[in-house]
This record gives sequence, C-alpha cells and structure tokens, in this order.
Amino acid sequence: MNNGAVSDVALRTAPDPAAAVAALAVRGVSHAYGSRQALQDVSLTVPQSSFTALLGLNGAGKTTLFSLITRLYDTRHGSIDVLGHRVSREPGAALRLLGVVFQARTLDLDLSVMDNLLYHAALHGIGRREARQHALAGLQEIELADRARDVVRNLSGGQMRRIEIARALLHRPCVLVLDEPTVGLDVASRSAILSHVRSLVRERGVAVLWATHLLDEVADDDSVVVLHRGRVLAAGYVEDVIASAGAVDMRSAFVALTGATPGSAE
Amino acid sequence: MSAGGISAQNPGFTIGQYLICLRGIAWREALRFLNQRERFVSALVRPLVWLFIFAAGFRQILGVSIIPPYETYVLYEVYVTPGLMAMIQLFNGMQSSLSMVYDREMGNMRMLLVSPFPRWFLLTGKLLASTVVSISQVYAYLVVAWLWGIQPPVWGYLTVLPALALSGMMLGALGMLLSSVIRQLENFAGVMNFVIFPMFFASSALYPLWLVQQSSPVVYTICRLNPFTYAVELIRFALYAEIDWMSLAVVAIMTIMFMTGAIIAYDPARGLIARRTGGG
Repeated sequence: MNNGAVSDVALRTAPDPAAAVAALAVRGVSHAYGSRQALQDVSLTVPQSSFTALLGLNGAGKTTLFSLITRLYDTRHGSIDVLGHRVSREPGAALRLLGVVFQARTLDLDLSVMDNLLYHAALHGIGRREARQHALAGLQEIELADRARDVVRNLSGGQMRRIEIARALLHRPCVLVLDEPTVGLDVASRSAILSHVRSLVRERGVAVLWATHLLDEVADDDSVVVLHRGRVLAAGYVEDVIASAGAVDMRSAFVALTGATPGSAE
Repeated sequence: MSAGGISAQNPGFTIGQYLICLRGIAWREALRFLNQRERFVSALVRPLVWLFIFAAGFRQILGVSIIPPYETYVLYEVYVTPGLMAMIQLFNGMQSSLSMVYDREMGNMRMLLVSPFPRWFLLTGKLLASTVVSISQVYAYLVVAWLWGIQPPVWGYLTVLPALALSGMMLGALGMLLSSVIRQLENFAGVMNFVIFPMFFASSALYPLWLVQQSSPVVYTICRLNPFTYAVELIRFALYAEIDWMSLAVVAIMTIMFMTGAIIAYDPARGLIARRTGGG
C-alpha cells in the first residue's frame, strides 16, 4: 500500500544507540499565569521510539506543558529540546520534527478532509503533489481514504481525531505529542486510536508523549510521568513507579502519590 | 545522527517552500470565504444599504462642492463610494481579527502558529490572504455601484488596486493587532462600538472634512488624526487615477506600525498572549 513511505520513515526515525539523544527533553520548566503557578520545575524525557504517558488530572498543567512544547508560549524557566533542538533557540528545526494533536479540535469544519491535510502540508512547506500522496497514504492507514472529499463537519468525533493524528504525521515528524486525544470519544474509538498510536511507535519508531487523565490508557510496560498541580511526582517505567510508591498497582500508586482519585473511562 | 534525516539537514526552508506555505494560507482563506456565502453576501449588502438608502436620503440634504479629485459637482453617492469601499475593508479586517481570537480559542490559530516557518512570515501571509479577500469584496461592490450609475474613469478601476491593497493591509494589520491584545471578544458588538463606528464616522468617508470643520473643530481634529480618513482619501484619489501623497505616506506608515505591533504581540518571547491566556 504505502511500503515506500513507511520504510522511508523507519529509516529516518530509526533510533541510533550511539547518539541517544532524547526525542523530547523537558528540563526544569516552570510557568506561571500571573501569580498562578501552572508548572513548577517540570522535567521529563521521552526516549526515541517509545511511548510515554503523561498522567495527570484536569488542571495538572498538561495543556500548559503542551503550549510550551509547541512554542505557543515561550519557555521562561528551564528548557525544552526536540531531538537536541532547543525550542526557544531553533523553533523552526524543533517544530519540523514535532507532530502535534491538540486537545481542542483544530480541523476546519467547513473544509474537506483533503483540504485540511493539504493546508497543514503547506504550513510545513510540502507542495501539493507530494502532500496529496502523503495525505492519501495517511488516510488509507486509518481507513478513511474514501472520506477524503467529505466536509469535516460530517465526520464523527473519532474520525476527526484519527484525521488529526494523520495530519500530525503528514510531515513525517519523529516526535508526536497528543494532549488528551481521547476526550469525548466512545470506548471503541478510544481503544482504536490508542492502539493506532502504539503501532506507530512499534512500526515507525515515532516517539510519543500521550497526555491523559485516564489510568486505563497506561499499559504495564509504558513509561509514565505523573503530573499533579504543576509538579512531576513520579517518572519512570510503570513497575518502577509502582514499586517506589510502595503500591500494588498503578491506580493505588497514583492515589498514594497525589492523594486524588484518577479518572477512568467508565 | 541517523534519527531525523530532517534534523541533520539545514533546518532552513527554501524560497520555494516559503511560496508553498504562502499559497497554502491564501488557498485556505479563499476556500473559507467561498464556503461562507453569508459572509460574502453580508459584506456586499452592508455597503449597498448605505448606498441605496442612506446616500439617497442624503443626496438632497448634502451638496458636495467641487473638491479634488472631483472636477465637477458630484452626487453624494459618488462622494460616499470610496468611504464605503474602505468600510468593506474595515469590516473585513475586524472580522478576520474576530476569527483569529475565535481561532485561537478553538485551535485553528494554533495550527498556524505551530508551523515551523517564522511567525512574522505566517502572520504576514495571513494578512495578505485576508487583504485579497477584502479586495474581491470591494470589486463586487464596484460592479453594483457601476450599475447604479457610479462610474469612475475606466483607468480608475486599475489604479485603485494598489491603494486597496495598502488600505486593506493597514486595516487587516489593525485587526490582527487587536486580536492579539483582546483576550476574548464576547461578540461583534464590542468591536462595532469601539472600533468600527468611531473609525467610520469620524472620518472623511461620509462627509468632506471642510464640512466637518465648519460645524465642529474638535471633530475635525479627530478626523484628521484618524488613520481611516487617510485610507478613504487614498482610495478616493486612486479611483480617479491620482495619488494623494499625504494619505499614501500615512497609510504606509500605519500599516508598518500595526503589523510590527501584531508581530511583537504574537511573539512567544515578548508577546502578550502568554500572560493573558489561562489553561489547565
């Protein structure tokens, strides 16, 4: 189907053990809105070709962190690097390597799926012919190729999300960050999107930062970062986080760390 | 580093890629405009209401004497036409600013700002695209005006184009600057009351300034300080294939100032949005 494109990406994003530059490195980042401290000395690392869950309740600071990673706001304290490119110093280089799915819907509802994708490609300097090929390949992958000409407004929430993910991958980024991508979706769409993103990690070597407040989206062999009220309370592989919290599972570890109850899908 | 064939290369874009980006922004703006037929219709109806009703009523009350660029007495409809052309652009500029605030809340603006191209380039591209839209609205109005008997010299339709481009940029840049400093526009009424109405009425759009001066020196001074006056006069002279150098200078300088302000305001390091926007 699109083997050429896949192998091309695999080649580009294959991890190189000799140069283990983190896909995404956040170091000592603080951010305040006026007097309200949204993030306090936050550090986290997403290795290449890995899945990291950013777990936090609503208001933990996840969206603020995404705004800093995507340079909507400047990082005033601390630093953020995408594959060694500092977002504040080389925004162009960093943003080219980054694919973003925002929490809010960012598709143009009145335009067709294809026009939305072509617009994104243009914003990354990809010409129409090449962009159309990438877009069709991406839509085939999520089994929405037959909807390319449809107006976005007529699609379901789950389909829009999948298109946003396909769009975020259009310029072949090495790092994909998603801010609560499953909010407002039914269980079937949630698991379809989650498994699709996990397959991107396995098959293409994309590094993923997946923000969520839902514990059941975290797998046992994931890396997890627990963010609570703007602070990182724990980070590491799930089993290590559980062990260091002296808990039996991730849920009780989360409760022990934050004193709050995590969200669940049901 | 094998990871990232892109990162290993020079991160800069070629000129061709800049053009692709610019074309993409313009293409989206055009598609959005064509998809929103109500917006096109209302953009056309608004000045026509002024022309058909307001100007018809004023025709008997207000005689416009011979002032440049007119060589004869002109009907009030003829006098008011450049003002209405500028009004179309004023509305367009404010509407696009409103949509930018809305986009920022809803996320479309974020897609633009997360592009790896320099931010000044993205904002300028958006400004150019919205100016093209406003110019097409103005020409649609001119067609109807022509049928209504307002027929400037044929050359004027060509010479007014650069004037419209510049005035459209100035008003679009003003809208962009406003969109960056206004956190949330509850509705269009606020912009109507505080920007559009004062700018439109305290200008030479509806009445010549000498007439204003006779009735109120204070309002006259306000009109002279209003950049919109110069946009109107620039268009008025250009429509008769003449250049009003003073207006040209003012509009050009104001365009640069508004645009610089907008770019600074949208700059994540210096801008205002980081301090204004909340979020979880």
